[in-house]
Amino acid sequence: MSTNNNLVLAGIDGSSLTNAVCDYAAWIATRVGAPLKLLHTIDHHPETAIKTDLTGNIGIDSRDHLLEDIIELDRQRSKLRLQQGKQILQTAKKRVIQAGIAEPFTNQRHGSLVESLIELENDIRVLVIGVRGKVHENQPDKIGAKLESIIRSLHKPILVINAEFKVPQQIMIAYDGSKAADKAVDMVANSPLYKGLTCHIVCVSHDDNNEQFRDMEIATDKLKLAGGIEVIAEKLVGKPEQMLCEYQTGHNIDMIVMGAFSHTRVRDWLLGSFTVKMLTNSHKPLFLLR
Amino acid sequence: MLFFSKKQDWLGNIRGDVLAGTVVALALIPEAIAFSIIAGVDPKVGLYASFCIAVITAFVGGRPGMISAATGAMALLMVTLVKDHGLQYLLAATLLTGVIQIIAGYLKLGSLMRFVSRSVVTGFVNALAILIFMAQLPELTHVSWHVYAMTAGGLGIIYLFPYLPLIGKSIPSPLVCITSMTAVAIYWHLDIRTVGDMGQLPDTLPVFLWPEVPLTLETLKIILPYSVPLAMVGLLESLMTATIVDDLTDTTSDKNRECKGQGFANIGAGLLGGMAGCAMIGQSVINVKSGGRGRLSTLVAGSFLLIMVVFLDEWISKIPMAALVAVMIMVSIGTFSWRSLLNLKQHPLSTNIVMIATVIVVVWSHNLALGVFVGVLLASLFFANKISHFMYVESSPDESGNIRTYRVIGQVFFNSADKFNAAFDFKEAVDKVVIDLHRAHFWDITSVTALDKVVIKFRREGAEVELIGMNEATATIVDRFGIHDKPEEIEKIMGGH
Repeated sequence: MSTNNNLVLAGIDGSSLTNAVCDYAAWIATRVGAPLKLLHTIDHHPETAIKTDLTGNIGIDSRDHLLEDIIELDRQRSKLRLQQGKQILQTAKKRVIQAGIAEPFTNQRHGSLVESLIELENDIRVLVIGVRGKVHENQPDKIGAKLESIIRSLHKPILVINAEFKVPQQIMIAYDGSKAADKAVDMVANSPLYKGLTCHIVCVSHDDNNEQFRDMEIATDKLKLAGGIEVIAEKLVGKPEQMLCEYQTGHNIDMIVMGAFSHTRVRDWLLGSFTVKMLTNSHKPLFLLR
Repeated sequence: MLFFSKKQDWLGNIRGDVLAGTVVALALIPEAIAFSIIAGVDPKVGLYASFCIAVITAFVGGRPGMISAATGAMALLMVTLVKDHGLQYLLAATLLTGVIQIIAGYLKLGSLMRFVSRSVVTGFVNALAILIFMAQLPELTHVSWHVYAMTAGGLGIIYLFPYLPLIGKSIPSPLVCITSMTAVAIYWHLDIRTVGDMGQLPDTLPVFLWPEVPLTLETLKIILPYSVPLAMVGLLESLMTATIVDDLTDTTSDKNRECKGQGFANIGAGLLGGMAGCAMIGQSVINVKSGGRGRLSTLVAGSFLLIMVVFLDEWISKIPMAALVAVMIMVSIGTFSWRSLLNLKQHPLSTNIVMIATVIVVVWSHNLALGVFVGVLLASLFFANKISHFMYVESSPDESGNIRTYRVIGQVFFNSADKFNAAFDFKEAVDKVVIDLHRAHFWDITSVTALDKVVIKFRREGAEVELIGMNEATATIVDRFGIHDKPEEIEKIMGGH
């Protein structure tokens, strides 16, 4: 284990988005000058049985034999996955080296991705991860099963990848006046990542006379003051996820920066989470802040 | 938070859980009936208990995939209560058992399991297997040859049926044993005992009942001596089984939640006319083997059991006891740790004595709690004895021969105090004695008293005594945990040894 903190961490699983995840992670690492770590986790799913035997009897030392059987099955399966994971990591490592990262770290861990990320949280500067993993690979309308719990449990910026890599030129901050949105503005203003890019700050409200718009003007000034960023401010009226997606297509936005899950779970459960809607509908990477 | 369970504990393994739960339900029926007979109550008391305990632990238990129901270990403890005072007092005792177990859960007594060593656990399961087997003997004495033939045939089916091609691995062989033996008995009109002869079977769903006992101190005096060992044995077997399931599935469980869960399950059983129960080693192994991992398996086992017995009660009453005996002998064979017999040769004598003593005490007293108590006591004594070997005293005179320095190294406590005393030569005429305690640990007051005695004895012989490193040596006496739990404190106390 390396003791590096401030890592750009790329979570990869060998699915179709893995290459894009590597590219974006390499892009960030190069621009902010941070070390890059590639993480692959082997999830064992102990809650499911590998083998069912319906004979229903127990005999001499059944307990011991059963334990030995299960251990052997687990061993074979783990070994295979370990090998696969190593290959995935090797391929990814080559890719990021080509992209200009001198010494990427690789890390392979057992257990669920969420657990591993929580353990590594203190070392993370930013997490780069695909919007869906192997399980939902061929279902473009689904988001990964664990994505929400990852976003909810980590308190670091997360870049969610859902398309092939394209060097971002135009980014959009989805501004709603929340604390997380202000945090997003601060991050864009202060990070070297966004220097030289065009930043659209977009606020969508249900009616046009709104406090959010006033907050947005303060945020816009902050961005302009930071320098090195071309700022375009836009106030829109309508349904947020729809307006944002339209704006994104209309203005060739390459990446959306926004606060995530700032409402309570109860509200999200009743009305549906805005973040989840954006994750499902957006065709460009989302930079999420909590 | 007691009722909160992760979604994957319920729905992570639906197919496996439903199949395994069904297999377990089929195996639970003969067990519940057999254990009711051991306890001396109607089979319905055990069947209602098994339903209730399985369903409640599915929700509130701490170990997903573990099967709890009416058990032999518990049944053996209630025999005299049922005989002397009747069923209602058993139900009251069951309620009280549940209350005690919930209190134990909140006091986090589950962590006391760490005092129960491996050999005591082995002794426990072996004794349990022997008791289950012995409980079958009344069904096998003074009976016609038919019963022997059917029991042997039943065992044959149980162990050989799975080798049949195609169907062998898809139908639980204990079920095949029971149905074919029942068919044989009915076809030839054999005059042998059946489940129907053993008492009433459930014909309705269980109903809520408050035990009909006077709520007096007198009642408490009757049931408390039964409830306490019931609670202890229930928790012991449940926590041991939880550990076994933990090992098999490579996962962890919440032991204190399990204690509380067992308590709630027993209260539920008591209120629905069932006897006290706990986790079952054999059934839990069958569940894991059949692919059960989640809470759903336990729920399916309990509910399916009830549906079967309520709707098939006429058929169940026709099951010959010989078929049940065969299933119970299977459970007994499967529970016994045969490997522990082979291990007797390799394991140290003290370990073997602990294991065998546990077995003997249980088989003699029919009380697993007593056996575990004796086992833990013996194991602790052996351990204390082993540690006392790690103490010695070396000495050297100075050049003049007038001063002798003793260096005490190792563990001084009640068990090594005599050895400590004997290490000093009081007959030697010296002017001064130096006792260097830097590398010694004094664990208790006995060891300090022993040191005092040594000092006084030297003074009486006219020698001057100097103690070095007393503070370091007695640092271990501090009886507060917390200080000792920190690595740097342990390093300070044990450092350099």
